[in-house]
Amino acid sequence: MEIVTKEFKHCNVVSVKGRVDSSTAPQFSQALEAMNKNGQYKLVIDMAGLEYMSSAGFRALLAAQRACKRYNRGEVVLASVPARIREALELAGFTELFKTFDDSLSAVGHF
Amino acid sequence: MTSTRKATYSSDYANLESIRDLVAQAAREAGMDEAETYHVQLAADEAASNIIEHAYEGRADGQFELECEVEGNKVTIVLHDHGKVFDITRVRKPNVKGKLSEREIGGLGVYLIQKLMDEVYFESSAESGNTLTMVKRGKRGS
Repeated sequence: MEIVTKEFKHCNVVSVKGRVDSSTAPQFSQALEAMNKNGQYKLVIDMAGLEYMSSAGFRALLAAQRACKRYNRGEVVLASVPARIREALELAGFTELFKTFDDSLSAVGHF
Repeated sequence: MTSTRKATYSSDYANLESIRDLVAQAAREAGMDEAETYHVQLAADEAASNIIEHAYEGRADGQFELECEVEGNKVTIVLHDHGKVFDITRVRKPNVKGKLSEREIGGLGVYLIQKLMDEVYFESSAESGNTLTMVKRGKRGS
């Protein structure tokens, strides 16, 4: 798993690549928590390069969405979600908790 | 035609990748498409993660065995551990429809396993430990 973050005027894009499972999810959580500590609560998770995500990754997304939406200070949105991962997110009922965009540019435009 | 793959792993999350690779080989051999192969990988990963997290309480010094059998279009995955009893077939279904604040993350992996696989069984005995069996049949047949 690889995480690259990029700062935009109204939000931050977190590109997560490779595979997020129980082994790598703690690192993903820490990256998201670090952004919150910096006062960054408007986050786009760009999944274009994501190959795999288990429920350990979903757990990180849920925690981040709770933290970001608190006090209406922000939101986590998803961009470029690969078909397989979208299907698993749907099974878990997660697609209704996150706005999803076809690409990160339109997600950035949402903020 | 029947083939069997067997491996023993330490209870370390770092092994999840090899587990996903092994079951993917079996799924492809059974003629499963990429979506079905992903389902089998996700189910095996979630099941092995549960063994490490619950049966061995996150300790890396345990061991578990994986056996993966292909019979025509049918893939059978058997996971066997000697840790604490964690019967996934008795885990409560998580809330997958409520508001953000009502969602709980526990049970999500188990829920995915039940949704992705056709059959899931759990057996436990003091002598032989815990055995989880999961079956999926490929749509294409063979």
